[in-house]
Amino acid sequence: MCKKETFLYNPSNQEETFWQGVNDCLPTVLGYLSIGFAAGVLEKTSGLSLAEIALMSILLYAGSAQFIAAGMLALNSPPSAIIFTIFFVNLRHLLMSAAVAPYFRHIPLWKKVVLGSQLTDETFSVAMTKLVGKESGSFHWMFGLNLTAYLNWLLANIAGGIFGEWIASPSTYGLDFALAAMFIGLFMIQWTMRKKYRLDLIVAMSAVIVTIVGSIFISESTGIVMAIVIAASIGVGVETWK
Amino acid sequence: MLLGASAVTLLPRVLPLVLLSRIQLPEWGLRWLQHIPIAIMAALLTQELLISDGAFAPSWMKLMAALPAFLVAYVSRSLLGTVLTGIIAMMLVRLVF
Repeated sequence: MCKKETFLYNPSNQEETFWQGVNDCLPTVLGYLSIGFAAGVLEKTSGLSLAEIALMSILLYAGSAQFIAAGMLALNSPPSAIIFTIFFVNLRHLLMSAAVAPYFRHIPLWKKVVLGSQLTDETFSVAMTKLVGKESGSFHWMFGLNLTAYLNWLLANIAGGIFGEWIASPSTYGLDFALAAMFIGLFMIQWTMRKKYRLDLIVAMSAVIVTIVGSIFISESTGIVMAIVIAASIGVGVETWK
Repeated sequence: MLLGASAVTLLPRVLPLVLLSRIQLPEWGLRWLQHIPIAIMAALLTQELLISDGAFAPSWMKLMAALPAFLVAYVSRSLLGTVLTGIIAMMLVRLVF
């Protein structure tokens, strides 16, 4: 990656349009449809109305945070405890936002706020498969990607709230594995694209080990953040010593 | 509650994007950030496959379904193909075991 900024970004580039972004989001739709549906069911059973479910998906827009909020609401946890927990669960977004930042130096502040507010695990990963090796990213493309994921999430949550009670467990159809399969796909695409097989494997194995240790001894959400920070540092260390 | 929760979700998403693009990161900082996608995917996948309720509990069914998904991802590099393979594999694993 060059340090000097030379903007190769060309707004008329075919690959960078809003609709291309929408298109690039489609493979993730199925995975998040089932997770959103499950979140909607849980929110409904924890006593939220359909309007509240919709509001939660629109404002919070975070799978794990909504699961936790619904679960803690059902247990009558105080709001401060819910907010505190959600803050920790979503700390990984800090790192994703930082990783995307170098590609969006050229866009105005309000556009950065728009893109950042809709950053999720999968839109981040899809974006990175597109951005790796480039100087900068296209706002319109990323917005198309984000908006598709956002609407899909909202609809899935509402559908879960409406139909949840009548539909048999999604696990019978293997749908509960959609999210894991999506992470597998995103990981493999990153790994084969970067062509730094050994280095990336060391980073990945470090992340696996730290995630296990951190999740057991501290908590699952802290384990994730620890794993990312330590594994990325190991990656830089290996690169430096080689 | 919802507003507070939304605020603590929004800030980590937006702040780095806004602040980091104003300052010039050192070269090692950029290299550090480039390792994040791989690290995040590996960490999330570990929790999906190997962790359950804060304990090390590998799910053998999920691992068996993960194998064809990894293979299809490697060969096809198609996200949709990988997701569909994973779902079908999981369904078959449940049917058999």
